[in-house]
Amino acid sequence: MLKEMTCIMCPAGCVLEVDTAGGGIVVTGSRCPKGNDYAVQEITNPMRNIATSVLVKGGGLPLVSVRLNQVIEKGRIFAVMDEIKKVTLTAPVHIGDVILTNVAGTGSDVIATKNIEKC
Amino acid sequence: MKEKQVVIIGGGPAGLAAAVQLFEEGIRDILIIEREASLGGILRQCIHDGFGLTRFKETLSGPEYAQRFIDEVQKRGIDYLTDTTVIDISSDRIVTASSVQGISQYRAGAVVLSMGCRERTRHALSIPGTRPSGVYTAGMAQAYVNLHNVMPGKEVVILGSGDIGLIMARRMTLEGAQVLGVFEIRPYPSGLPRNIEQCLNDYSIPLHLSHTVVDIHGSSRLKGVTVAKVNERCEPIAKTEVMYPCDTLILSVGLIPENELSLAAGVALDQRTKGALVDEDYQTSVDGIFAAGNVLQVHDLVDFVSLESERLARSVARYVGRLKKKKPAGIPVETGPLLGYVVPQQIFGEKDLVLSMRVRRPLEDCTIELAADGKCVKKVRMKKALPAEMIQIPVDAELVKGAEKVEVNVIC
Repeated sequence: MLKEMTCIMCPAGCVLEVDTAGGGIVVTGSRCPKGNDYAVQEITNPMRNIATSVLVKGGGLPLVSVRLNQVIEKGRIFAVMDEIKKVTLTAPVHIGDVILTNVAGTGSDVIATKNIEKC
Repeated sequence: MKEKQVVIIGGGPAGLAAAVQLFEEGIRDILIIEREASLGGILRQCIHDGFGLTRFKETLSGPEYAQRFIDEVQKRGIDYLTDTTVIDISSDRIVTASSVQGISQYRAGAVVLSMGCRERTRHALSIPGTRPSGVYTAGMAQAYVNLHNVMPGKEVVILGSGDIGLIMARRMTLEGAQVLGVFEIRPYPSGLPRNIEQCLNDYSIPLHLSHTVVDIHGSSRLKGVTVAKVNERCEPIAKTEVMYPCDTLILSVGLIPENELSLAAGVALDQRTKGALVDEDYQTSVDGIFAAGNVLQVHDLVDFVSLESERLARSVARYVGRLKKKKPAGIPVETGPLLGYVVPQQIFGEKDLVLSMRVRRPLEDCTIELAADGKCVKKVRMKKALPAEMIQIPVDAELVKGAEKVEVNVIC
């Protein structure tokens, strides 16, 4: 089967053609090796990062932005969101602080991406 | 009035990168003036990842990307003011700012315009209908969700397929809202392909091309919008109207460089970019006033804003560090019909530079040709070119030195 997809690894957005006819996965159209890896991953088990926020008490803003330190299976996004929503932190919070480890059993950690100082 | 060698208007990514690079070039007497309570600009609310791939070779969220530059500014002890709004710049570079401490004035050796851009609103589109609450620009909705912990609504229609609208479609979905669809008046999306993929397709949010909102319903709160197909002239087609009940309409319909202060200083604008006309030094039509970042031309990627500002800073450092010499005669840079614009609009052929441009419509298998006095001096093959993706072409000075006219064309 021939499938067309847009590589999301970087903003170049290469248009990839993925041929799975012969049982293997043949990728054309990528300007770099990341595109091949992305297409293979996307066909076998698509992975994504997510960004959201966590409540903070006693800081200059009511929220601190967070992301995952590594990608998770696409199908696990809402399970991870549910876990992140249960958390409330107290200021200060700093970039890189680990907020949840192995969130929802995905092996990925939730890390802060903003400095929220006490105020 | 205080003297300052360089005053930078705006502490977002453009202003921060300019400040750090100016310091690296040996300039010490720098002041950044920022109207918000903290540095970072719009990146503070852009919590999604994908920033920094070009500049840092890793993928960061907006706040992390901004913090890297803020740390560099603070490490060097570069002066900055927050909660301070510049209200006027004169053509002889007197900068007037207002804060709770009162009015302050600076006589600047050079001024860097790095005020960024604003969103187009419902009024810019003249959408008919009532005026209920629940109609937001995408950046406003993003500020509510990511900075203030307020959900703008539950059932959302998005008009326009700009990147911030796509990002907000995903963000609102993750926070439990239902996004009914994204409607784009043009026959192609205006956001980046990767955002169509990871923000819409991942969450099965439909994208309706050649559609627009033709009516807004509701009295105090939005009750719904009527959407219609449009023809090739972007005019609504009768009998194609569909009503979507919703409580929120998010507009992602374009960004406009914020140039009120530039106009006050007498800076000439380009009608195509809505930003200043600049030369290869990023100097505007007013001596000693320079511009870079989204106030000059709306960028897709912050990495390119930083790089553009660093190029600007090198020119500004040369400008303030030397005896004023007369500007050389400029070579105008013109564009062919398939290009929307080119920046800079004037060059000198004195140093290597980067030309930024956008195509007017999606093109495949085309060639960008640079001609000096009618003779082709550089060709760049493109497999595809999209209006959503800025094209940047490095140009060696020797290719254009001594020319009377330079033209950029797309050959299809």
